[in-house]
Amino acid sequence: MELEQLIKKFQQKDSAAFETLYNMYSESMHGVIYNIVRNDDIAQEILQDVFVKAWQKSDTYSAKKGRFFTWILNIARNAAIDKARSKDFKQSKQNLDAQFFVDILNSNENLDRKTDAIGIKKFVGKLADTCKQLIELLYFKGYTQRETSETLEIPIGTVKTRNRNCILKLREMLSV
Amino acid sequence: MNLKDYIESGILELYVAGALSEQENQEVYDAIQQYPELLQEVLSIETALKKLAEQAKPNSSVLYTSIKTKIGDDNAKVIPLDSKTSSWTRHLGWVAAIILGAGLFWNLNQKNALQENLRVVENENQFLEQQIELSKTDLNEAKRLLTILRDKDILSIPLGGQQVSPESYANVYWDKANNSIFLDVQGLPEPPEGKVYQVWSLTLNPLTPTSLGTINNFKEDANKIFEITNANASEAFGITLEPEGGSESPTLEQLYTLGTVAP
Repeated sequence: MELEQLIKKFQQKDSAAFETLYNMYSESMHGVIYNIVRNDDIAQEILQDVFVKAWQKSDTYSAKKGRFFTWILNIARNAAIDKARSKDFKQSKQNLDAQFFVDILNSNENLDRKTDAIGIKKFVGKLADTCKQLIELLYFKGYTQRETSETLEIPIGTVKTRNRNCILKLREMLSV
Repeated sequence: MNLKDYIESGILELYVAGALSEQENQEVYDAIQQYPELLQEVLSIETALKKLAEQAKPNSSVLYTSIKTKIGDDNAKVIPLDSKTSSWTRHLGWVAAIILGAGLFWNLNQKNALQENLRVVENENQFLEQQIELSKTDLNEAKRLLTILRDKDILSIPLGGQQVSPESYANVYWDKANNSIFLDVQGLPEPPEGKVYQVWSLTLNPLTPTSLGTINNFKEDANKIFEITNANASEAFGITLEPEGGSESPTLEQLYTLGTVAP
């Protein structure tokens, strides 16, 4: 089924369509959330909340405002960031030393999960540090162009072009 | 539209990231509707990021059934409205309203205090900017003087302290080409109330003083260097203390410094 129709049905509260969307996007959102909270149980909890929220607020999505992927990504990032900033989360002293998604790919526990994980880890390791930072901030953390430019101390126009090159590299590595 | 340029600008990558403004989002959406090539590009970007994010996920998985239960539960949870509201709940409403009102009032006060703080900081900023401007002007003036004093065509004449004030000294830098002197009076004491220093150009045989004027803003001038016009064929320079407004001829008892021009 075309993505567009799928989303339309989802907005009409068709739970079969929602399940398909869930299967398409839940793993990536799980990754985004885990990257922010770095705790397995909490990440699972947030992931459930995110999709429940998406279901409840399905009518607020509009293709004119952006991609469905971007919409769900936004909900996931915000939920994870809210959790990471909450008092009880800070008190539980989560280990947030690891800064980037790359660190997760590098950690041993993930190596044998999927057949292509090692391959991707190797590829992503090859990305320039600036690329890792750009992707981390723009996609995993939801920074705006301006915030990214200020954090990395590069001109705002450079954020756009450099990010394009980084994503191109990533696409080459993943052959998409 | 040049599709190649549009794609290469990197706007589509930011579109997928959700890093564009609402207006830009709308523009990209319109462009995608028009050109399927752009949609292909967006899909590829999306897929790459989706794959990358999937790799950051831990080993555990959340099954759809757990979501299904939750949204199922949620739909069932319909709380009937109770039409018989007791006086107790009505009172509670009033209490809530009062607390809310107090909260709003407190917020307003906070906001006003912050605005006041902001104004103070803005004023301080403005003041500091003015200070910087002044410092720049001072620095430029000092640099200008230094350039003048270092010029090889400038004649330097030291004026030594005289009987009335042996500790005093001054320097004249004479720019003959431009008919002006720069008088450095750092070594003179501050003139007493009602008195001013008067500068004289002298020719020696016979002794003829010509007034070059009085130094009226001695106290205010920070670097104590004064530029004075002098078209005379001076053979010596002297500085006397005179009543405010200056004198016709120098009061020799009040001659503070004197120096002759080397022949």
